[in-house]
Amino acid sequence: MITLRRLLRHRLAVFGACVILVFVVFAVFAPQIASHDPYKFSLAKKLKPPSVLHPFGTDELGRDMFARIVFGTRVSLMMAVISVAIGLIVGVPVGAFSGFYGGLLDLFVQRLVDILLAFPGILLAIVVVAILGPGLWNAMLAVGISFVPTYVRVVRGSVLEIREKEFVEAARALGAGNVTIIWRHILRNCLAPIIVLSTLQLASAILWASGLGYLGLGAQPPTPEWGTMLGRSQVYIRVAPHVAVFPGLAIALSVLGFNLLGDGLRDALDPRLKGRL
Amino acid sequence: MLSYLVRRLLVAIPTLLGVTFIVFSIVRVLPGDPAQAMAGVHATQEYIERVRKELGLDLPVHIQFARFLGGLFQGDLGRSIRTGLPVAQEVWTRFVPTLELTSVSLFLTLLFGILVGIISATRPYSVFDHVSMFFSLVGLSMPVFWLGLMLMLLFSVRLGWLPAAGRGGLAHLILPSVTLAASSIALVARFTRSTLLEVLRQEYIVTARAKGARESRAVFIHALRNALIPIVTIVGLRFGALLSGAVLTETVFAWPGVGRLVVDSVSARDYPVIQGTVLMIAVCFVFINLVVDLLYGAINPRIRYE
Repeated sequence: MITLRRLLRHRLAVFGACVILVFVVFAVFAPQIASHDPYKFSLAKKLKPPSVLHPFGTDELGRDMFARIVFGTRVSLMMAVISVAIGLIVGVPVGAFSGFYGGLLDLFVQRLVDILLAFPGILLAIVVVAILGPGLWNAMLAVGISFVPTYVRVVRGSVLEIREKEFVEAARALGAGNVTIIWRHILRNCLAPIIVLSTLQLASAILWASGLGYLGLGAQPPTPEWGTMLGRSQVYIRVAPHVAVFPGLAIALSVLGFNLLGDGLRDALDPRLKGRL
Repeated sequence: MLSYLVRRLLVAIPTLLGVTFIVFSIVRVLPGDPAQAMAGVHATQEYIERVRKELGLDLPVHIQFARFLGGLFQGDLGRSIRTGLPVAQEVWTRFVPTLELTSVSLFLTLLFGILVGIISATRPYSVFDHVSMFFSLVGLSMPVFWLGLMLMLLFSVRLGWLPAAGRGGLAHLILPSVTLAASSIALVARFTRSTLLEVLRQEYIVTARAKGARESRAVFIHALRNALIPIVTIVGLRFGALLSGAVLTETVFAWPGVGRLVVDSVSARDYPVIQGTVLMIAVCFVFINLVVDLLYGAINPRIRYE
């Protein structure tokens, strides 16, 4: 409750949450909100500037940009959630076991993380796409895999700290097994950094997935993905700047929303995380 | 110090070996027959066999890796499938433009990031502080490729002041380097502000002021020096972000650097070039992290390398 009150007092975080809520509504009610079919093209109407009928104009095939951006919310949010889930599902247990057991396992895992972190930013995702080939699902997998090392690092750090606490000792004295201790007593106390990191990673996921799309390595046309739309818009930037403006605005706003909420959550859940996350 | 340097270099070796192994594996773990995948869909059986032979894909894996490593030490990264040129040569000609772009961006980051951070911290909650922190938040959320497109739209398409693409004189460098630096400037400004604010609250700053030190002396000599260590860490970490941002920025502005080469070679499935460029970027990154580590000691003599 204290956390919630602190979060609600954080005006920027509330603003961020509202922005995200709007995008979620867009994603859920896309067919009701968009008055046009995002895939239906009409070459007679190509690259038309914004008008009453097409508030964001039309793209190079005469498709309604507003409908494509609204439906693009579904693609981008899905990609973000699934890639963060991949990072979570793989990274959290690996980080927890590595921190808890220590020893050779920890040494091995940490060297592996070092190696993966040597590929800066989007590069690791590009390497994965180079192997699997471009596409929506492969891009998601690529972004998810590149999140794993960060989760391992953060969770391991927290586990190292908590495993020395007295309540862990107490649980062991009561006869709890290692897995029970990790799951019940340690991971539950690592929730704060995991929640904060995941919120901020959702922002990065949208940036990276759309970045891959922009490079032509992510979702393929005709999927209405924001980054892919931007990549195709560049050719027409002189004659129809609107096709480049709106998809980018959607990416920037959604990323801003998750960043603000993540910052607010960090300050509300555990101010000590500042500087670490 | 020297023994620390040697030890850090020794620790970097397994990381570099691991990076090399991952890069080496890129070709080997391709779905289906790697030789077929590399040669392309329309390749003749004879050509596929040649590719297999040339890459040594018919040999046991450990021998392949040993040969790959041996080649690396002789500067041999294989040949590009597209152009037939040695990969090392292709990567090398693309390296200078990337270095130019990232170092100018790093300079902009240091200059404007720290400057804005200092002004904000010394005048907290002023108009300047609010405006600059708002813009830094926006800068952090903007996709680099969109910022590039928008700057291009404004300054070259609409106003015609700056060239839209390519590499040439200083004018060509302005838009790409500002695009690439934007998010780093934003992050460094925010970080400098919060770190410096914290230091300015310390008792030794009060002491310095009480002794009659001028405000500029208290900020620059007493506070900034202590705030600089975490700032250098962040700037160092940003270099990785700059390298990865260069991949996108170079594509936006048709900048003939390593980043664009990565993207082009992934699109063309030119695997030897993918290996060479990815290896180059990762090695640079590991090396820069090492330099940042060593810089701490120069800034803060309290850090002892044992």
